[in-house]
Amino acid sequence: MNAIFGKLTLEAIPYDQVVTMAAVGLGGLAALAVAAAITWYGRWRWLWDEYLTSVDHKKIGIMYVVLGLVMLLRGFTDAIMMRIQQAISFGANPGYLPPHHYDQIFSAHGVIMIFFVAMPLVVGLMNIAVPLQIGARDVAFPFLNSLSFWLTFAGAILINASLVFGEFAKTGWAAYPPLSETSFSPDVGVDYYIWSLEISGIGTLLTGVNFLATILRMRAPGMKLMRMPIFTWTAFCTNVLIVAAFPILTVTLSLLALDRYVGTHFFTNDGGGEQMMYVNLFWAWGHPEVYILVLPAFGVFSEVVATFSGKPLFGYKSMVWATIAITFFSFVVWLHHFFTMGAGANVNAFFGIATMIIAIPTGVKMFNWLFTMFRGRVRFTVPMLWTLGFMITFTIGGMTGVLLAMPGADFVLHNSLFLIAHFHNTIIGGVVFGVFAGITYWFPKATGFRLYEPLGKAAFWCWIVGFYVAFMPLYVLGFMGMTRRLSHYDNPDWHPWLVVAAGGAGLIALGILFTILQIAYSIWKRDELRDLTGDPWNGRTLEWSTSSPPPAYNFAETPHVTELDAWARMKASGGGMFVPASPYGDIHMPSNTAAGLLIGILSIGLGFGLVWYIWWLAAVSALAMFAVLLHRLFEADIAFVIPAAEVKDLELRRLEAGAGQP
Amino acid sequence: MSVFRRLRPKPTVLRRLRAASFTVAVALLTAGCRFAVLDPKGPIAAREKELILISTGLMLIVVVPVIVMTIAFAFWYRASNTRAKSLPDWARSDAIEAVVWGVPLLIVIVLGSLAWTTTHALDPYRPLAGDDKTLVIDVVALDWKWLFVYPAQNVAAVNEVALPVGTPVRFEITSDSVMNSFFIPGLAGQIYAMAGMRTELGVIADEAGSFDGLSANYSGAGFSGMKFKALAMSRADFDAWIGKVQQAGRPLDAAAYAELAKPSSNNAVAYYAPGSPALLQSLVDKYRNAPPPAHPGG
Repeated sequence: MNAIFGKLTLEAIPYDQVVTMAAVGLGGLAALAVAAAITWYGRWRWLWDEYLTSVDHKKIGIMYVVLGLVMLLRGFTDAIMMRIQQAISFGANPGYLPPHHYDQIFSAHGVIMIFFVAMPLVVGLMNIAVPLQIGARDVAFPFLNSLSFWLTFAGAILINASLVFGEFAKTGWAAYPPLSETSFSPDVGVDYYIWSLEISGIGTLLTGVNFLATILRMRAPGMKLMRMPIFTWTAFCTNVLIVAAFPILTVTLSLLALDRYVGTHFFTNDGGGEQMMYVNLFWAWGHPEVYILVLPAFGVFSEVVATFSGKPLFGYKSMVWATIAITFFSFVVWLHHFFTMGAGANVNAFFGIATMIIAIPTGVKMFNWLFTMFRGRVRFTVPMLWTLGFMITFTIGGMTGVLLAMPGADFVLHNSLFLIAHFHNTIIGGVVFGVFAGITYWFPKATGFRLYEPLGKAAFWCWIVGFYVAFMPLYVLGFMGMTRRLSHYDNPDWHPWLVVAAGGAGLIALGILFTILQIAYSIWKRDELRDLTGDPWNGRTLEWSTSSPPPAYNFAETPHVTELDAWARMKASGGGMFVPASPYGDIHMPSNTAAGLLIGILSIGLGFGLVWYIWWLAAVSALAMFAVLLHRLFEADIAFVIPAAEVKDLELRRLEAGAGQP
Repeated sequence: MSVFRRLRPKPTVLRRLRAASFTVAVALLTAGCRFAVLDPKGPIAAREKELILISTGLMLIVVVPVIVMTIAFAFWYRASNTRAKSLPDWARSDAIEAVVWGVPLLIVIVLGSLAWTTTHALDPYRPLAGDDKTLVIDVVALDWKWLFVYPAQNVAAVNEVALPVGTPVRFEITSDSVMNSFFIPGLAGQIYAMAGMRTELGVIADEAGSFDGLSANYSGAGFSGMKFKALAMSRADFDAWIGKVQQAGRPLDAAAYAELAKPSSNNAVAYYAPGSPALLQSLVDKYRNAPPPAHPGG
């Protein structure tokens, strides 16, 4: 092994893989084009000040959403490659992807979609909305927030580096040992998996700590827990789950790393290793993770359905308790991911029934959304369309989920395409639809202009029709005994359904294209789509009481909350745009810092060094990370003051701009 | 005449589209009779299918109204409908709350008790009642093929397993490699195959036939080809099959097993006799009871 390059050699770069090289080339070109555009318009300074070094929760939220959407393109490319492979690799045709390549693709698809698409999008929405909803000026620990983002970003870079240098895991996204141990996966794929998830996982854990502190300690005066907007409630429960579950993942992957790097026997076949313990621990994190993703989506739907029905959310208290019940039960159901591992009937039945119990609060939520529309005046905006699509789609996904929770039924459906159809049914129908609803809903708040509606509707219809065409055949294939992760098959009965499914993926591609067009067109026409009122949807919660985008300090004066739906109450009692009652005061705000960005970039070096056994790089990066952190900790000048006069000036201009608007 | 002709759809594109959709539809429909899971040929798989149908029916009690109400409420209470009653402050009703908590609760109680009884009844370890003596077949998951050992008959086969119709069979399953899942969708459920462990699966075939068997848990590069045929046959045919294996097989000695255990993909059927009856136990012992190996340079 080389002291300078570790295991890394020129052979690690897959020059001969046309598909990989084309993807890398296109990605590289796109990155160059973006860099060239920033240079052309002279926006590097702006990017550095406004985003890269920003500790403002709104800016960090936007960066999370951009990261999630870019990674969606990568994860979806993997998806459509798999669909094409399965549509053609039947009988004599081996398809265009050999197992070596196909196995990396489905592993990368799962990891990227969960960790680098769904998580950043959900965390991004929480960043944008939660501090505004509770009337706070930022999160509790703004620097930590920036660090969280850059660690997540580092994980995403590391996992994509596996395209160019070496390869990714060929183990499936859960990386079960002993397959993921060195004896069966000696190459660097699993190491990329471990270190990208370890690094981003720490970022996520810090987010959890940060938001728990923010929600518990920084609410506006008068906002008791039972007056919090429902999205904040779901964000709170999600962060409880993050803090409780993510350490399990971090530790489990650390044990796997010890097996691979030091030669321990935690999960190996030999030496007293216990592979079943990995499965247990992985899902003890993995099942709560499902709810980490979907609870905020439930929160978005709750906000959207209330706003666009012109009514308060039906059964607010019931909704809160349902969320708490789901939070609790999500921790006692993990064994349903492996009923077929040989646990006794009593154990299986217990976890099956616990899983079914989750269906009760979830069903309650569904009815509460229904009765929010009842006797309302429903406006079919794009967020509302996503919500209606969700309510129908998720109900079907919930039904197939309860079916899988029945151990007797799971014995024939486990690991089949029925399972694949089920979790895409809930994750696309729940999380993805929720995220798109949330992005469309809060887009004007975050950027100051609305998304162009017709293109959003086109995206919605492509997504929902595409979803049904792509995934209903997978339910059928599950009943036909087709199992997941096959790169080739001989059964002629499966073939037509897989062709249909590939067509559905094509429709979803069209949906993604419309989303991209929508964002681009809206940026181009931003002056026509400008939101000067700060309240484009006639909203009910505090984020709509300030301007769009809000000033750095969010609220010139902290609002006083006396009831649920604080902003709707203020408007009903005659207040329009929020006007402070007392004279303006100085506002203390945290200063920008490059420390988070630096630590994030250095953690890429750390991860890359560990993956390739380049020990000097790992050591230098780790030391430098520590040095930057120390420097940051001893920095005295970490905040600045916006003088009262400047606040007054900003606020008067805002009121003036809003006055001409309806 | 010419007018009518002009009104006809343009033949090329539309007709081709119609022909294509017809082909797909026929293909899908003829495929309809090949649902391994919904067309079971064994009592366990039959009960598993019944369970799927009953549970689905129970859940539709909630699912159908939710979907209908979603569409109906959204449509009727659309903002442009002036005839719809509007109550902009109405957000609470204890009666509705009682129903929306109560009905799902009742259904889950029914489903939960169904889950309890069927999980015990369909436990793969449960001995199956049958007139005949239970036939034991040992299964070893290898990279990437299935080895079936018949301890009593002293034969073994790769990627093919025969079983007499109506006879309770107990598969005893382990792995000499990574985790796999042993699954014959038309006959019974699945169970994991893991190194150092012995899992069990009870099966009875009700009818003669050839059933697809596979691994349902991804196990590496050769996973897609890790398939076998489960042949259910009459007792006489089964005895003949054993005879055939005894005739054709080479001994499954240490050297033959070492050769077989090497990773290989899309393996053809192979027969072994005598069939190493103690193999399963020795493999389990190899991982369970052996001291940890020394790690050079750890």
